[in-house]
Amino acid sequence: MSIKKLTHLFSLALLLLAPAGLFASENAAHSDNGAAERKEYIKHHLLDNHDFHIIGNISMPLPVLFWDQGAHMAMSSVFEHGTKVAEIDGKFYKIEHAKIIPTDASGTPLEMHGEHPREVAIDYSITKNVVVIMFVCVLMFWLFRGMAKNYQQDLVPKGAAKFFEPLVLFVRDEIAIPNIGEKHYKKYMGFLLSVFFFIWIINLIGLTPLGINVTGNIAITAALSLMTLFITFYTSKSTYWAHIFWMPGVPVPMKIILAPIELLGVIIKPFALLIRLYANIKAGHIVLMSIIAIMYLFENWGAKGAFLGLSFFLNLIELLVAFLQAYIFTMLSALYFGAASEERHHEEAHH
Amino acid sequence: METLLGEFSTGLFIWQTILFLGLAILLRKFAWKPILSAVNEREEKIQNAIDGAKAAEAKMEQLTSQNEQILREAREERDIILKEARTAKDSIVGDAKTSAKKEATKILEDAKKSIENEKQKAITELKNQVAALSIEISEKILGHELADKNKQQALMDTLVDDVNLN
Repeated sequence: MSIKKLTHLFSLALLLLAPAGLFASENAAHSDNGAAERKEYIKHHLLDNHDFHIIGNISMPLPVLFWDQGAHMAMSSVFEHGTKVAEIDGKFYKIEHAKIIPTDASGTPLEMHGEHPREVAIDYSITKNVVVIMFVCVLMFWLFRGMAKNYQQDLVPKGAAKFFEPLVLFVRDEIAIPNIGEKHYKKYMGFLLSVFFFIWIINLIGLTPLGINVTGNIAITAALSLMTLFITFYTSKSTYWAHIFWMPGVPVPMKIILAPIELLGVIIKPFALLIRLYANIKAGHIVLMSIIAIMYLFENWGAKGAFLGLSFFLNLIELLVAFLQAYIFTMLSALYFGAASEERHHEEAHH
Repeated sequence: METLLGEFSTGLFIWQTILFLGLAILLRKFAWKPILSAVNEREEKIQNAIDGAKAAEAKMEQLTSQNEQILREAREERDIILKEARTAKDSIVGDAKTSAKKEATKILEDAKKSIENEKQKAITELKNQVAALSIEISEKILGHELADKNKQQALMDTLVDDVNLN
């Protein structure tokens, strides 16, 4: 085995085992705190964050932007990782569970909604996840613009294009064409390709030791699946609505029964889409971090080693899940688009 | 469900919508369209090349069979020509032979005829000459012999003998 190969293997192993490093620094500080602390840590990690924690005590402050009877702006460093009540434009705020809560000077929430304190109206801060999304946007544009330029010079793919072309063709030949059909698939390709690569790349970034969890956020998956829903509506033909409100090929009483069910289905489909992606990625992160946390719980080095191996194995599975979820999201979107753009003469074949 | 909704961050939703839509629109214009059209173009080119190769192959095959056909026809034609030539030669030779034979027969007959004529002529000539000579001799002898009776008789005898001999 060449040295280059060994280096590659080593870096891969390092990358896969790196989440363990997340705890290493944390653990040193609170070595005797119990399971509750770890649970809190995992929970905290899964949520979005107002600053970009890199490693140990190093973190990058990000702009905090929110609307609370007027626009306010500050840097996240004023909250000192959520430990401090900050005074912004004469009012007091603190961050709790990644939410900005208006408080008085001592940190007591101003209003309570049942058990939960009232948050600011809209928190549109450039959070950690927003930074990652921006980064992915820039990365994707750079990658695929480069790929497009490569084709302008020569039809033979080179470099990154060589790697991405099979995936682009996969989306076209295995996802778009079989589900939408040869005739209409072209207009959906922009969204399908973007959503596929966006989810996949952001899932992969989630596996790095930076502890990023973007697609495990319900707001992200909700935004994506709502786009799928709107595109479905926007491009739908009369046949699509006929199938919902007046199902062809069934008796009239059945038509009446089916209409509300089908209508509900319109809402349920994107909801299932958003929950599936969110739950898969979030669950993956929880399991992986729990396994790593267990590693620190055991005193026995054998057990530590066993869980290290398990976490390595789980990381490999997560690599697969990252791709699989991107595929499923894109595939189901294509399926809905296919139903929307279906034309009248297909009806008979289906029923 | 409450936790799920509690986790929902409006800000993140807005950012994601804006950023992703921007990304999708930009990529659609600057990346996906050129990439897909390039890939399509390449696929078409490959398809065309394959079709072209197939057509060329078919044409080659056609040409080969055509060539063979032409060759076969040429061979047949050559055989026919040869055969014809042979027949022509045979007939020409036959004709020549027949005419030659005819000619030869005719020449021969002519020759025979002319020989016969000449012979007749010669005989006639000879007869005439003999007659003339006879007369001359007779005159001479008669002139001489008539002078002597005996001798005249003797001559007469001889002449008669001669005539009988003839």
